[in-house]
Amino acid sequence: MAMNYNAKDEVDGGPPCPPGGTAKTRRPDNTAFKQQRLPAWQPILTAGTVLPTFFIIGLIFIPIGIGIFVTSNNIREIEIDYTGTDPSSPCYKCLSPNVTPCICTINFTLDQSFEGNVFMYYGLSNFYQNHRRYVKSRDDGQLNGDPSALLNPSKECEPYRRNEDKPIAPCGAIANSMFNDTLELFQVGNASDLMPITLKKKGIAWWTDKNVKFRNPPGTDPLEERFKGTTKPVNWVKPVYMLDSDEDNNGFINEDFIVWMRTAALPTFRKLYRLIERKNDLHPTLPAGRYYLNITYIILNTLHVLFISSIVNHLHTVDKNTGTWSL
Amino acid sequence: MTEPLQWARYHWQRLIGRTNTDDDERPYSYSSLLACGGKSSQTLKLAGKHRVVVPHLQLFKEEYEKFSGTYVNNRIRTTKYTLLNFVPRNLFEQFHRVANLYFLFLVVLNWVPLVEAFQKEITMLPLVVVLTIIAIKDGLEDYRKYKIDKQINNLVTKVYSRKEKKYVDRCWKDVTVGDFIHLSCNEVIPADMVLLFSTDPDGICHIETSGLDGESNLKQKQVVRRYAEQDSEVDPEKFSSRIECESPNNDLNRFRGFLEHSNKERVGLSKENLLLRGCTIRNTEAVMGIVVYAGHETKAMLNNSGPRYKRSKLERRANTDVLWCVLLLVIMCLTGALGHGIWLSRYENIPFFNIPEPDGHIISPVLAGFCMFWTMIILLQVLIPISLYVSIEIVKLGQIYFIQSDVDFYNEKMGSTVQCRALNITEDLGQIQYLFSDKTGTLTENKMVFRRCSVAGFDYCHEENAKRLESYQEAASEDEDSADTPSGSLSNMAKPRAPSCRTVHNRPLGSISSNHLTGSCFALESREGASEVPHSRQAAFSSPIETDVVPDTRLLDKFSQITPLLFTPTDEPTPDPPLETLYIIDFFIALAICNTVVVSAPNQPRQKVGLSSLRGIPIKSLDEIKNLFQRLSVRRSSSPSLASGKEPSGVPNAFVSRLSLFNRMKPASPVEEEISQTSESLQGSDNSACPTEIEKQNSDAGIANGKVEALAGQPLTSSLCYEAESPDEAALVYAARAYQCTLQSRTPEQVVVDFAALGPLTFQLLHILPFDSVRKRMSVVVRHPLSNQVVVYTKGADSTIMELLSVASPDGPGLEKQQMMIREKTQKHLEDYAKRGLRTLCIAKRVMSDTEYAEWLRNHFLAETSIDNREELLLESAMRLENKLTLLGATGIEDRLQEGVPEAIEALHKAGIKIWMLTGDKQETAVNIAYACKLLEPNDKLFILNTESKNACEMLMDTILKELQKNPASPEQASLSASLHQPPPTLQGSGLRAALIITGKTLEFALQESLQKQFLELTACCQAVVCCRATPLQKSEVVKLVRSHLRVMTLAIGDGANDVSMIQVADIGIGISGQEGMQAVMASDFAVSQFRHLSKLLLVHGHWCYTRLSNMILYFFHKNVAYVNLLFWYQFFCGFSGTSMTDYWVLIFFNLLFTSAPPVIYGVLEKDVSAETLMQLPELYRSGQRSETWIHMLVIVGSILSYFFFALVFGAMCVTCNPPSNPYWIMQEHMADPVFYLVCVLTTCVALLPRFLYRVLQGSLFPSPILRAKHLDRLPAEERIEALKKWRGPGQMDQLMSKYADHSAVESEKIPIYDPSAVFAAMSATACAVEKGNLAICETALDSDFSETKASGMAGPSKD
Repeated sequence: MAMNYNAKDEVDGGPPCPPGGTAKTRRPDNTAFKQQRLPAWQPILTAGTVLPTFFIIGLIFIPIGIGIFVTSNNIREIEIDYTGTDPSSPCYKCLSPNVTPCICTINFTLDQSFEGNVFMYYGLSNFYQNHRRYVKSRDDGQLNGDPSALLNPSKECEPYRRNEDKPIAPCGAIANSMFNDTLELFQVGNASDLMPITLKKKGIAWWTDKNVKFRNPPGTDPLEERFKGTTKPVNWVKPVYMLDSDEDNNGFINEDFIVWMRTAALPTFRKLYRLIERKNDLHPTLPAGRYYLNITYIILNTLHVLFISSIVNHLHTVDKNTGTWSL
Repeated sequence: MTEPLQWARYHWQRLIGRTNTDDDERPYSYSSLLACGGKSSQTLKLAGKHRVVVPHLQLFKEEYEKFSGTYVNNRIRTTKYTLLNFVPRNLFEQFHRVANLYFLFLVVLNWVPLVEAFQKEITMLPLVVVLTIIAIKDGLEDYRKYKIDKQINNLVTKVYSRKEKKYVDRCWKDVTVGDFIHLSCNEVIPADMVLLFSTDPDGICHIETSGLDGESNLKQKQVVRRYAEQDSEVDPEKFSSRIECESPNNDLNRFRGFLEHSNKERVGLSKENLLLRGCTIRNTEAVMGIVVYAGHETKAMLNNSGPRYKRSKLERRANTDVLWCVLLLVIMCLTGALGHGIWLSRYENIPFFNIPEPDGHIISPVLAGFCMFWTMIILLQVLIPISLYVSIEIVKLGQIYFIQSDVDFYNEKMGSTVQCRALNITEDLGQIQYLFSDKTGTLTENKMVFRRCSVAGFDYCHEENAKRLESYQEAASEDEDSADTPSGSLSNMAKPRAPSCRTVHNRPLGSISSNHLTGSCFALESREGASEVPHSRQAAFSSPIETDVVPDTRLLDKFSQITPLLFTPTDEPTPDPPLETLYIIDFFIALAICNTVVVSAPNQPRQKVGLSSLRGIPIKSLDEIKNLFQRLSVRRSSSPSLASGKEPSGVPNAFVSRLSLFNRMKPASPVEEEISQTSESLQGSDNSACPTEIEKQNSDAGIANGKVEALAGQPLTSSLCYEAESPDEAALVYAARAYQCTLQSRTPEQVVVDFAALGPLTFQLLHILPFDSVRKRMSVVVRHPLSNQVVVYTKGADSTIMELLSVASPDGPGLEKQQMMIREKTQKHLEDYAKRGLRTLCIAKRVMSDTEYAEWLRNHFLAETSIDNREELLLESAMRLENKLTLLGATGIEDRLQEGVPEAIEALHKAGIKIWMLTGDKQETAVNIAYACKLLEPNDKLFILNTESKNACEMLMDTILKELQKNPASPEQASLSASLHQPPPTLQGSGLRAALIITGKTLEFALQESLQKQFLELTACCQAVVCCRATPLQKSEVVKLVRSHLRVMTLAIGDGANDVSMIQVADIGIGISGQEGMQAVMASDFAVSQFRHLSKLLLVHGHWCYTRLSNMILYFFHKNVAYVNLLFWYQFFCGFSGTSMTDYWVLIFFNLLFTSAPPVIYGVLEKDVSAETLMQLPELYRSGQRSETWIHMLVIVGSILSYFFFALVFGAMCVTCNPPSNPYWIMQEHMADPVFYLVCVLTTCVALLPRFLYRVLQGSLFPSPILRAKHLDRLPAEERIEALKKWRGPGQMDQLMSKYADHSAVESEKIPIYDPSAVFAAMSATACAVEKGNLAICETALDSDFSETKASGMAGPSKD
């Protein structure tokens, strides 16, 4: 930097600096870096150079594309809309807010058998889980089992922070609006008998969420004790410690709850609901045939457009089983 | 303790002082007056206007405290901050920036609950980081200054202490006003002090002011008049005088005051008595003085203003870009607000995800929309790149680092490289459209070589001397074929890099060409091997090319007639002394004494250090070399037309630089070391000693000129070294010496001249009227030893001297007639000289009677001692002396072109830069130099604007414009007025180029408001404009006019004080650190040592800096806009609720961390086209593109990795932190999924595809010059040269060839000095009134060939 001030020159020109040949030379170093002779590379984009590159890249992508295409062709998926906006729908009756809870039944047929693990997703449309204030409305500390946050949730949870002078657990709008339809799947047997299909509740959330991020309040007491002094979210029917009978899937570490709490990025989304595990290699998980879906339908609050749409079944020919659809 | 107070007061005073600079006297003087209470009304008045200094001793304690209470001490402090005020003050300064205020506003906004977008604290982060970085930078800079200050403050000097009754060592900072200081040779002066004693018997002392103004020559200072007579040292105890002087000011060339003795006797003080802080005592054993100004009140400190802050054009453009960004931001936010309102109103019932206020009610869509607007502003703030300014600053520092470390700018002679004084206008170097150049010292070397003289009406053309000069050039150019010039970047570029400077040094010493080059001293040194001439600035000052003058034979003939008898007033019937001979004697005496040259010689008492070790045997060998050299040169000089300068005239400088190279290479011997330390000026004398010897030896041998033998046998005069204030003076003194009229010594009282035929003459020096730019002349008043008359010798510009010549000669009408004849002839010669590009000076004398002189002296003395109006009075006094002059003759001095100037100008022309030459010189000189440096081409159409009235000027401009516009070859002129700032293409097909010459007087009219537009229109048509006889003010006005009216980027380059205003006005001011001091450099933004460096500075560094910075800014905006668009796009999917889809930290760090380094590295290191190609294809200057170095690649990869690293670590560490996004394990989940990678690659490709496609199409269908140049860069060396030739096209081929080819090949192309057919001249107002065809062609053709010159030169006298 050529700064200022000739005081420096004053010193330089002074007596301690012999003017003879021993004076330090100010000649800059002749290095590649200082003289800016470092090798530089720049793409010169002309048809001659780009087209071959283009074709090579294209060739590389062809097998990748084929792979992706084959995989996607192997996915079987069925979508069932049970919103009930159509009067002919069995769930039409459930739109009335008076009927709670409302149970409706939907029949459907699989033309092809689903092999391998089957994933059940529920999907919502126009549900803005990504709304800025909605997204914020939670207390991660509370969900992590922090006892102080349990009784004194973060301000971000307002106005779902306290109810009747008791802290809400779990607090906030996300938890309050939790999706809690119950879906049961039955296979209609040859003799029209209903064979319930085992829907696995666990394993639908991220491992880290289940084991690290979400924790119940500490202690060895029963959950109910540990949640003492809190109240359930306004919209909930039952408190958080009664979400499941399984101790390992109850309270904050209930996987349905965890999945809901991982807010979706887009207003139309689907979340993993259940797993249907393959039993053995010989039988398909869901053989072709008729099925019977039993829905306990609870309209969340006064949501006008509740477009609950689909059950999506994945079929992976090989045992690839990742829940990539969830956020 | 008092120091901060004092410092604060000082700054306060400066602040106030600045507000009313018109007022010479600073207000605080008045406050000091109040403080001291005042004594008598007279003192009071004086104390108000002036400063009173009394010794800082017990005796005067009371008075001292009264006066000096308000004077600052010698401690300096240039820092801006103290530890205490750093934080508030720095913050205060930083918030002057609008961007910072904007971000502060955002931070505040985020604290509004309704609006809050992020966590409150997060928004502060970028601002805090940016403020911190700048604060650290400021702090470091300040700390550096602090350290330097400390170092200086703790320097030790000898101050008189009353307690110990002797001089004791004391730190500089403890020196106060009124202290007595004792300094020895080579010590630095700690404060401004009045010189009271010098060991020199004449009471003078030499100081070197290079630390102050960069002038390397010694300045003579004088002990205060009454003290000068004292032999013994002044005893501070007995010092009882008071000094009154003016208040501190920054005028280095002015010091007024008086010293009042205890008996009320007053002695005037002038700048001759003042030793300035920062200068070094030279050549004088010891001096003593009393401090009058200390610390910040010294002239050196008052002159020291820090680096300049100029806002660059690009930065201004970036500012408008930022404004566009703001507009974009507002549009985005409005969209967001509107969208949110509409989205909300679509829901009749409150949806789940719309959270009511804590009190339960839901805000209305309109209000929500309004809040959303502000939320969005916070969210999308990334669009306004807060780090842009910081990054630009960092980039510019990096660019400056690289410019400064460019080895091509290194000047061996001066040991200096380019200096970047303005830190933030590097990229403006790449956008220059107009270049304004000074002539003397900028285009030319400002090394004056005596060429011709005219005495008593006879012209002596010094043919041999011309041959000598020519041979220097040839020897050098010949050598250039075998070895590269060490500093010649141009030739380095053009040729394969082969022998470096080292090879030159290691070559066999007997090699003829190398001996040629090293000429005198250095050949000697290389033979001797052990001895060395210490490297010093003086080496450059007196190169043999300047000092060696070969006398003219005819003039020498006339010298032989001189005998001492001429002056013995006898009644013998000698043929009446030929007047011409007397004139010749007077002429040469005037050359020798009418100056302020300092003579240093080993035989003077002060300079006892022996030189014997340096001399002796070498002389002989030196002599031989010289002889050899002379022979060769005589044989070779076939076309010695030096002034024409068609040859690449970089040659002489290469020579000089090699000289110094040899200097530098030599191993230091301890003895020499010691000598050099003892007396620096001695080194100068060492160096220049040799030429003297040569000269003598040369004349002894009589090789060069048979006639010289007549003078052989003279005793060898001791070697002398002349140090002059201006190189012209030195040249004249050396010329006089060549005629055996040697200036032997100079003291304030007398001048000794050794006149060969007359013996040593001692002139009593009565008075010197120094040179000033108003009078344009200087005079000495001496008592002639032979005639015992008072004689005034005056030397000055021809225009002024001619006016002052006496009309009536006292010696009768016959003489008068002769005088008139001489006058006419001399005038003719002067014109001739000027046309050859020589600088002319007239020499005149006046004989005064003793009574006349006494009367004048009395008046003059009055003028000298007055404090007020002194300048005017002195001027008047000088006018009284310098009239009724008798013209003796005139001299022509050549100012040689600097090395590489024509090439540089050619390159700059090709780069589309218009070059104007603004000079104070005469029209003829200026035009010739313009031709020589290829500013004007031989077939250029010249239009000369030289009118006496405004109307005439207007009409003439009209005529010229019509003439130009009639020309079908330049269609763009028609649309000129519409697009004035569109520079017409430089290379017009038909080669029809126009050039405008305008004189100072006409320029004045042209600069008037009514004619401005026409003038600019006219100049826009011309490739080159030469303004001659321009005053400094006019220079700056021209620059201002062009800059403001055409809205172009201007660059002004100059070396002298007269260029300062121009340099300051231009967008970029470049100072040449040459011989004329540092004023231009101090005012400049960049300082280079030679003009030719400009081509690399502009074409390579300018181009790079510009492309780098502009692309970097684009890069910056691009990444921010891309990112913000992503955020904005997301709003459509989240109900315009202001959600960001990433973590806030990532959002903040995006600008600060993940994407900050690559643009910076890009801005510093990117190189689109190699330096070589840029130099060879100046056309590329007009555009720019992009590329990468591996460092850039590395940084990009590093940044990407840093993102992943951050995200992974953040994701792993943060289990519950950072609501709402809570990034726990998200990244890890992502990276486990192959789809993530596929998406990353695919989106990048798809996003870039359109751009790539465009580039490909452009690249293959319409390649830009830059792109073609890039292709060139990849070719192997030989193919490149071929391709370059093709590029330049057949028309340019020969120019390229000439670079490589031998000189003789170019010889056929003669440079016409004024081709009459090309000159379209109109000299008078009447001429311009008539049609263009009738315009008188006033210029006559000048012979361009040397042989013709010779003929005319020889024929001249005989015809008369």
